[in-house]
Amino acid sequence: MNAIPLVAMEGIEKRFPGVHALKQCRFELRAGEVHALVGENGAGKSTLMKVLTGVYRKDAGRIVYKGTEVDIPDTIKAQQLGIGIIHQELNLMPHLTVAQNIYIGREPRKKIPLFLDEKALHEQVRHLFGRMNLAVDPRAKVSELTVAKQQMVEIAKALSYRSEVLIMDEPTAALTDSEIAELFRIIARLRAEGVGIVYISHRMDELRRITDRITVMRDGSYIDTVRTADVDMDRIIAMMVGREVYHEPKTGGAAKLGEPVLEVTGLSRGKAIRNVSFALHKGEILGFAGLMGAGRTEVARAVFGADPIDGGTIRVHGREVRIKQPSDAVRHGIGYLSEDRKRFGLLVDMDVQTNVAISSYARFRHPTGWMKRDKIAQTAEEVVRSLKVKTPNVRQKVKFLSGGNQQKVVIGKWLTRNSDILIFDEPTRGIDVGAKNEIYKLLEQLAAQGKSILMISSELPEILRMSDRVIVMCEGRITGELSREEATQEAIMKLATLHSDKSAGHESVTSGGNPK
Amino acid sequence: MKWAVNASGENNAGAETPAGANRRFSFARGGVLQQLLAFASLILLVIVFSFSSDNFFVFDNIMGILLSTAVIGVLALGSTFVIVTGGIDLAVGTVMTFSSVMTGVIITFWGAPIPLGIIGGIATGAFCGFLSGVAVAKMKIPPFIVTLAMMMITKGLSLIISGTKPIYFTDGRASGFKDISMASVTHSLFGIEIPNAVLIFFGLAIVAGLLLTKTIVGRYTFALGSNEEATRLSGVKVDFWKIVVYTITGVFSGIAGILMASRLNTAHPALGAGYELEAIAAVVIGGTSLSGGQGTILGTVIGALITSVLTNGLRILSVPQEWQTVIIGLVLVGAVYADILRRRKA
Repeated sequence: MNAIPLVAMEGIEKRFPGVHALKQCRFELRAGEVHALVGENGAGKSTLMKVLTGVYRKDAGRIVYKGTEVDIPDTIKAQQLGIGIIHQELNLMPHLTVAQNIYIGREPRKKIPLFLDEKALHEQVRHLFGRMNLAVDPRAKVSELTVAKQQMVEIAKALSYRSEVLIMDEPTAALTDSEIAELFRIIARLRAEGVGIVYISHRMDELRRITDRITVMRDGSYIDTVRTADVDMDRIIAMMVGREVYHEPKTGGAAKLGEPVLEVTGLSRGKAIRNVSFALHKGEILGFAGLMGAGRTEVARAVFGADPIDGGTIRVHGREVRIKQPSDAVRHGIGYLSEDRKRFGLLVDMDVQTNVAISSYARFRHPTGWMKRDKIAQTAEEVVRSLKVKTPNVRQKVKFLSGGNQQKVVIGKWLTRNSDILIFDEPTRGIDVGAKNEIYKLLEQLAAQGKSILMISSELPEILRMSDRVIVMCEGRITGELSREEATQEAIMKLATLHSDKSAGHESVTSGGNPK
Repeated sequence: MKWAVNASGENNAGAETPAGANRRFSFARGGVLQQLLAFASLILLVIVFSFSSDNFFVFDNIMGILLSTAVIGVLALGSTFVIVTGGIDLAVGTVMTFSSVMTGVIITFWGAPIPLGIIGGIATGAFCGFLSGVAVAKMKIPPFIVTLAMMMITKGLSLIISGTKPIYFTDGRASGFKDISMASVTHSLFGIEIPNAVLIFFGLAIVAGLLLTKTIVGRYTFALGSNEEATRLSGVKVDFWKIVVYTITGVFSGIAGILMASRLNTAHPALGAGYELEAIAAVVIGGTSLSGGQGTILGTVIGALITSVLTNGLRILSVPQEWQTVIIGLVLVGAVYADILRRRKA
């Protein structure tokens, strides 16, 4: 146990423009251990690992690998050292086969080196899969595999570099229970072979199951490293958030449901959305929980008219409406705030006032066709004041604002449009811990003012903290609906992994218009 | 058609089966269905035209079709590589012309022997492709812009170098030049008169097919088009291979230039603009995706044949030329729309 650690990182510093991402961070990994790296979003876990794998260069600090200090300027160097990473978003070539993906860049060649030796390639892959005890067809195209199998391919690829360090960034985010069991079996096998594994995850139950030690990070700083066996998970959560209780589940009287403002019945689109029905009431925050790829964003996009649907009806304020394109949804007072604000929510190269006014130009247009520029500026200034957007003035370009303030600008855009149904897709993604609370308060204020909010979130604490009711999706279906009292992390996770192969009926369906 | 159903079947079918068992027909996925569709359309066209006119399905006319396919076909072969990477080369037509002019200059102005002229022409094409590749890979200029610029540059250079006049390969030394395209090796061997240009086209198609499926070049061509970032993170020298791909496209343009000049026995400096679009159309009709990652040489050959069969057949049926292009345009949209419909279903 006291041998030289496989990896020792000390005093790591990293700054990005405007952000001090890593402050004197340290991390140690031993051979043959599974070491969890935990922290809230934005705590710096991924950044630290990107420094270790050569994606980012550190500004200061030391990386000692197997006893010698190393410099890791690029990903190729990391690979050569034997440090492999499985990214959260998979890095494969979907049009190529499994075998072609694994040995890309290192293809076995024939005597004339221009030509590929497919036979040798498949031989190597079979050998590799034998070692992992993995049943995936090397000739299958990656695009035809499930996400879980694709992940296994990524792991196989990392191992094929003779990796001694394997970093997994939320590997179970999109996996089913049985797939997770398979992954853990492989992790156990690798650990026995002496591979050091860094395991980034938000799921406390998993840490308990497979990790040996846990390192906690918060706001770009190292907090502590503990042995998993010595500590209970509430303590870990407390270290992550820096206070003992992170979320007070929403309190207050049992939510009185107002009249339904948005009723969706039998919404379907291929395999992505299967017979989804729900109702959103006036003044409520309805949480949509589920794993990655459960179909929540697809539902939001379908309701908003961004994607065509196969069937289903949508009622707004009791009247059936036809939403064929986003402009229809906007006309009916629906606003959609995408998780990817920079791509779908904002014109980042334009200023605050333009962004606030962009959906409402009809109102700012003079009969002659000219824009009422002072009216636009005035409206934008009101938005900045009421939402407390931190910006020097309304002519500031949006790209210079922080994530939280950009989100406020998007909210301001829909408020200006008089939208009373707001669909938030991951409202705090990419937003600092401090600014999150502000966004939460803002959402609560909006609900109190009678706006109805549908909030999609992958962060359970966020769902629990914000939602009046929670709808859980899995594989395109609604697998359950929980009242505020029933909603716990465990109950939600159970529904979120209720895959069709094992679900005869579903559990715990309560109040609300959910006929299924 | 059983395997075609398999192609659009369950996502993870076969994922659990042992190697190879259910995978024999995995080639059926991707663009192959469209290729089959394209091939069926080609046969249908041939049948329809054969019944509509007695002049269509006769040896001379079929050879005429193949001969007119050769030049566009070779350009399309080269374009397939760039398009599979997710790029585009708008310069193939004018690079072809530029190469033919250079060949003309080398043979008739400088009086060099024909083989030198051929090498010079191909080298010219390769060099233009290389430059485009460098601009795309190293300078990070979008391929559309780079090759648009290359199109203009080579168009201008062709006119400058030739003095805006056609170069004729008629004097003594150049007398054999016409034979490259128009003589027939098969005639002397088997008594069947297939022009060399056609044989060269099919020969190059085989070379291109091998290059795309059996070699490291082809593997990286697909990898680049499928996910460039993942390819880069896997340690592949992405820039280098992009330059290689554009250079290959340039080589094919150079060869097309020589076939063209030989067939006309003239290097026409003003010819060639618009050929790039016909080549791209052939590639796309053949099932290669403009967004990269998939495509086949067989598809491109079929795509090229469809356009020339259409043009030829319509001409025989006395459809005016202006209507021929309208119809080919509609076919192009139809082919791609059929592909989109199929994907949406899958």
